[in-house]
Amino acid sequence: MAAEKGWERFDRRRQLGRFVGGLVALMVVVASWRFLDLGVTNPGTIPREINDLLTRMYPPDLAYTPEIVGPLIETIHIAVLGTVAALVMAIPVALLAAENTTPNRTTYWLGKLIVTTSRSVNTIIWALIFVVVFGAGPLAGTVAIAFRSVGFLGKLLGEEIEEIEFGQVEAVTAAGASSVQVLLYGILPQVKPALVGLAVYRWDINVRDSTVLGFVGAGGIGVELFRGVNSFAWQSVAMVLLAILAVVILSEGISAYTRAKVR
Amino acid sequence: MAAGERTWQRPTVFGRRELKWAVYAAVLAFFAWSTWGLGIDPNRIVQGFGRGLTLLGDFFPPQATPQQAQRILEKMIESVAMAMVSTVTGIALSLPIAFMAAENLSPRPLYYLNRGFISVSRAFNAIIIAIIAVKAVGLGPLAGIITITFKTVGFFSKLLAEDLEDIDMGSVDAVRSTGASPLQTLVYSVVPQIIPRFAGLSVYRWDINIRTSTIVGIVGAGGIGSVLLTAFNRYSYGYVSAILLAIIAVVLVAEGVSALVRRRYQ
Repeated sequence: MAAEKGWERFDRRRQLGRFVGGLVALMVVVASWRFLDLGVTNPGTIPREINDLLTRMYPPDLAYTPEIVGPLIETIHIAVLGTVAALVMAIPVALLAAENTTPNRTTYWLGKLIVTTSRSVNTIIWALIFVVVFGAGPLAGTVAIAFRSVGFLGKLLGEEIEEIEFGQVEAVTAAGASSVQVLLYGILPQVKPALVGLAVYRWDINVRDSTVLGFVGAGGIGVELFRGVNSFAWQSVAMVLLAILAVVILSEGISAYTRAKVR
Repeated sequence: MAAGERTWQRPTVFGRRELKWAVYAAVLAFFAWSTWGLGIDPNRIVQGFGRGLTLLGDFFPPQATPQQAQRILEKMIESVAMAMVSTVTGIALSLPIAFMAAENLSPRPLYYLNRGFISVSRAFNAIIIAIIAVKAVGLGPLAGIITITFKTVGFFSKLLAEDLEDIDMGSVDAVRSTGASPLQTLVYSVVPQIIPRFAGLSVYRWDINIRTSTIVGIVGAGGIGSVLLTAFNRYSYGYVSAILLAIIAVVLVAEGVSALVRRRYQ
């Protein structure tokens, strides 16, 4: 009787596909685990080791606060200037990478290439490169932040430009505007809210990223953090971590508030 | 007539025009302070351009001896393996935290506790976590796995909790009214609603984890990063660019796979 046939969500082929997919994923994870050969003979010691470290961090060294204010401000400066520089570079990149404003196919792929390269290389790797170029210090960090952010801003801004209403651009062109005027009066007003929102959002990410630049000598609070770690001054490290936490949460708040305003 | 002289002015989000100019001035002043505060020397930028060109010349052509190529491959597999394992551990740990961090499913104190943990996990860059993990458990991929797992939990629980807050409570009430236990309610009304998002998020996080796993090695937490740092310190820039190309290739493949899977699933 037909009533005995139960209901099944997927047909035979999809069921098989899901089963094989799941099996392959499981095998890859198991193979990865065995490949890494972690040598963890006694997993119980891991929480103990971490706990031990956290105990040594407590209480945070409050007397250390005056020394970290300077580097903390430097970190924010790096994030701000890096974002501004990135924005200046990202606007032409976005115009190239948007299908409706790019002059031809070659420039389109050039835009995509810049975006991809910038996004695939992590901030810390950019910092390694620019420390070689500009020497140790916040300049290298700022440029690293800028190079990393160009791809992000260029990609998202390009997507915004692709979605503008082109009728307005045509109207401004029809009025006899030059290409700069078209940009200023036809395109820019349409993407301005997105521009501000993206810039603030990226600045927020950059504040977090610039906290580690110090590890490769590119300035900011990271320098103090790594000095503390290397000299096993765990209570100072805890203080630096708390300061970073406060700054990051504050900048996240500012960023969220501004983005809510311009949306 | 006075009315004829009035011109139209665009409304601003600031409410008052004076406030708008004040904000603009403050932002510009901050930029100026940043430039001055970092003490950036134009000379150094000009010199840097020359050195940058030299470095770019050293980067080309990318080169690696067969031995070095073997090492890149080995460490790259280690990176990818780290990402695989820690995606699974990270997601497994995220599940309970996500449920406890969803406003509509969790009691207040638990909600705040888990939201706090998520904020902490998201606030610190992977490199910072990696340094601490290396000090705690020693050099090697274990520290990397701990780092990436920790970062995954913050990201994944936050987004999953947001999805949980958006679920249709009607079907939860319906299942509950049939006399289901809290566990049954969870399994039959909450879980089916978030499964598609869960799959998409997992693949997305896996993609990010591949990226992260290529850099945590810089501080000794396993993977290709350690090779990169060594090559930089030895000034063998042809090797550096070969490693960079390998990283970019792996990142792009992961991004492609992730985009493909997400498109098919959603």
